[in-house]
Amino acid sequence: MTSKTYKPVLAAFAAALALGAAACGSNDEGSASGSTGGGKLSGKIAIDGSSTVAPFTQAAAELFNEENPDVQITVGTSGTGGGFEKFCAGETDISDASRPIKDDEEVPVCKKAGVKYGQVQVANDGIAVVTNKALTVDCLTTDQLKQVWNKGSKVKSLADVDPKLPDTPLSLYGPGTDSGTFDFFTGEINGEEGVTREDYEPSEDDNQLVTGVEGDDGGLGYFGFSYYEGAQDQLNLVGVDSGDGCVKPSTATIQDGSYKPLARPLFMYPSAKAMARPEVKAFMEFVIANQQDIAEAAKIVPLTEAQAGEAKTELQNAEQGS
Amino acid sequence: MTGAQMASRARARTSVLPRPSTGSRVADLAFRAVMYLSIAVGFAGLGAILFDVARDGLPRLSWEFITNFPSRIIPERSGIQSALVGTLYLMAICAVLVVPLGVATAVYLEEYADRRRWWNRMIEVNIQNLAAVPSVVYGILGLAFIVRGPLSMGRVLLAGGITLSLLVLPVVIIVAREAIRAVPPSIREGSLALGATKWQTIWKQVLPGAIAGIATGVILALSRAIGETAPLLIIGAAVSPRFNPGSLFDSFTALPIQIFGWTTDADREFVSAAAGAILVLMAILVVMNSIAIFLRNRYEQKW
Amino acid sequence: MTSLAYTRTRRSVGEQAIKYALLAAAAVSVLTTVLIVLSLLRETVSFFGDVPIGAFLFGTKWTPLLGGDQQSFGVIPLLTGTLYLTAIGLLVAVPLGLLAAIYLSEYASPRVRKVVKPVLELLAGVPTIVFGYFALTYFTPTILKGFFGIEVNQFNALSAGIILGLLVLPTIASVAEDALSAVPASLREGAYGLGASKLQVSLRVVFPAALSGVVAALILGASRAVGETVIILVAGGQVARLGLDPTVGYQSMAAFIAATARGDIPTGSIKYETIFVVGMALFVITLTLNALSIRLVNRYRQVYE
Repeated sequence: MTSKTYKPVLAAFAAALALGAAACGSNDEGSASGSTGGGKLSGKIAIDGSSTVAPFTQAAAELFNEENPDVQITVGTSGTGGGFEKFCAGETDISDASRPIKDDEEVPVCKKAGVKYGQVQVANDGIAVVTNKALTVDCLTTDQLKQVWNKGSKVKSLADVDPKLPDTPLSLYGPGTDSGTFDFFTGEINGEEGVTREDYEPSEDDNQLVTGVEGDDGGLGYFGFSYYEGAQDQLNLVGVDSGDGCVKPSTATIQDGSYKPLARPLFMYPSAKAMARPEVKAFMEFVIANQQDIAEAAKIVPLTEAQAGEAKTELQNAEQGS
Repeated sequence: MTGAQMASRARARTSVLPRPSTGSRVADLAFRAVMYLSIAVGFAGLGAILFDVARDGLPRLSWEFITNFPSRIIPERSGIQSALVGTLYLMAICAVLVVPLGVATAVYLEEYADRRRWWNRMIEVNIQNLAAVPSVVYGILGLAFIVRGPLSMGRVLLAGGITLSLLVLPVVIIVAREAIRAVPPSIREGSLALGATKWQTIWKQVLPGAIAGIATGVILALSRAIGETAPLLIIGAAVSPRFNPGSLFDSFTALPIQIFGWTTDADREFVSAAAGAILVLMAILVVMNSIAIFLRNRYEQKW
Repeated sequence: MTSLAYTRTRRSVGEQAIKYALLAAAAVSVLTTVLIVLSLLRETVSFFGDVPIGAFLFGTKWTPLLGGDQQSFGVIPLLTGTLYLTAIGLLVAVPLGLLAAIYLSEYASPRVRKVVKPVLELLAGVPTIVFGYFALTYFTPTILKGFFGIEVNQFNALSAGIILGLLVLPTIASVAEDALSAVPASLREGAYGLGASKLQVSLRVVFPAALSGVVAALILGASRAVGETVIILVAGGQVARLGLDPTVGYQSMAAFIAATARGDIPTGSIKYETIFVVGMALFVITLTLNALSIRLVNRYRQVYE
């Protein structure tokens, strides 16, 4: 075989690759790092942390991109704990958190690494307790929840907690230990953070929890309220009674605090170093200014007026770093 | 005279050979029934998969679907641009890495390696083993050495490309070896007899003769590479990024990863997007396979 | 008369250089294996510094995601989960695959074979995420729960296992068919000449003659099933549990690795190390299967070739 026959093959191959690369090139949004002054912002913002806050941050990024398409924002979901680890190691610009940064474990790490930051509350959230649609239960007291979820629990069905409830065997779903939701729930319900029964299906991926509860007749789980809102038709929302009557989570009850004890603030922690960059500053200001719209788009509970005002102040402090 | 002819002639004499008994005829029919049934079940199962994907995904296909980026807030607007671009980039990186390395290794093993030497035998066995290693392990390798560890380049496009290249490299080597082996020795001997050096022979005679087989193998290996999900999950491809990677050291995603993200999303509105992305991925694979078959049929050397 | 001894011309030096360059390329494949083994080994050793090897090998609770004293690293549930899912998959793929192979090689007309063979190879190349998608969004809700009315969990072994079987079915069928077709025609003709029926020829003559290739096909399918990640990850759930109830979910080794590595765990933590320990176990298992397959092929390779 002479070179005449294989050259066309090679040429075709190379042409195909080149075409592909050229086509991709023309679709590129052209991300130049560093920022330009006067209107067109560009750069990269690395955000990581809680998977409960992530939908909010992602929605914020999308809306922000409509006016500033050259700012590339990546939102990771390593969990609140994992997010802080990377944040204090200087790997991310903003940390999403569904609980405040831990004074004993995480603050010293950041201090030691010289990472200064601000704590900005961006939204509210409640932890929703949900069951499968077939498992009809309207309300559970905090005591009953503790019976189900505490370490060493032998509860196999809701009938064990209250004979009037169905005796379908339970299929439990909940977050894993890197999750701020996990910390918060176990702290409030079981009395101590990190203490939980073992035979449940843990996942850092809230999507997995929703899908699981949705599909098992005895499904019972807990996760961020926004994830419930996204799948309302497929799930049964359980009200929580902490002594003052049964309260179901909703925007109103979460904002005014009557959904006890599972209502909590959601935070974004921008580092002072990142805030010095115009694109990060613009993004955070955008978030505070538009938090109502962003929260609605992400199906998360927005801030009250008072909280919004505080957030603005906190953001200004963040620039100085604390 | 063949055995069959003997049989028919013997059967013509009837009385000597026994006719197939009713028992064995029933057994034969029963077997055929079971066989056809199982084939039907198998193909029905596989067909159902493609059918279901097509049904869910076809309504989603449109120019917007291809050019949009994934959207959190408006699922109907989600598109695959970042995933498609990522996949194409990964394919290009793989091709650039895998073709020279794979062909060079194959040439070495077929033309230069003395099989009596232990290290050459070891290389051969090693390649066979690597081809059988599950893709997750390659993902772990990428995580430990490329994303972190000595290279520490982070969860970037190049890391994904290198990992996938290592994954399919054994396949390319094996296929290239077969293509080179198929070139008859007479070609080589003729060339050497005319005074060419070994390398000149390889470069101008053997490789051109094997190119069709090599190209086919490379295309099939690349189509395997771009269908892989697990290694990229472990490397840390981004989920639903709203931008294309601008350089080799940017975060990236790929079609299988995007499909995975949409499939497992609790928001059921993303399911049709996942199906649509599957159709795009399958279309790419079908095109690649067709090119491979075309090359094989058109340029295959009949020695 | 000039000496006929080998003189180093410029040409031959170039040739040597090329040879070493090619050897270097070939060494990349060796380097890959070395790196794989190194990366797995280093973290595995580190892991066994924290967790006693007995607790790992013989422990029956795998809960690395929990904290404190509830954290447990017994690998047995992952092993049994992997085996169970693979078994279900092979239960589907082996009979269907072998029967399809026999059909293609012995019963089908050459025209049918010409069409079906490439289709099989195409099916063998379908990305596994497609199977995972089907299992989660259609097979579990519509077929298992809807059509058959089985009370399965959202993530269950039945769905993941059967779909896993569908995944390896084309591979087993294709490779087994290759083995069966490779049996020389003279064997078949001899058997027909002795008055055997088609069934007898297929099952008693051709199949045993191709046994080595068929077994290789089965082991290839099993190896692929063991290493499969995405189907289990999407449809099998994330609980590593012991047991044989097909209506609940199980986690395989590969699925655990992928699920854990996604969480982006800090280097050096024990959770990070679990990725490598389980990876090492998986690596050893697939390598053993591969070696077994090669040895069986060589031992039973009939002398018809």
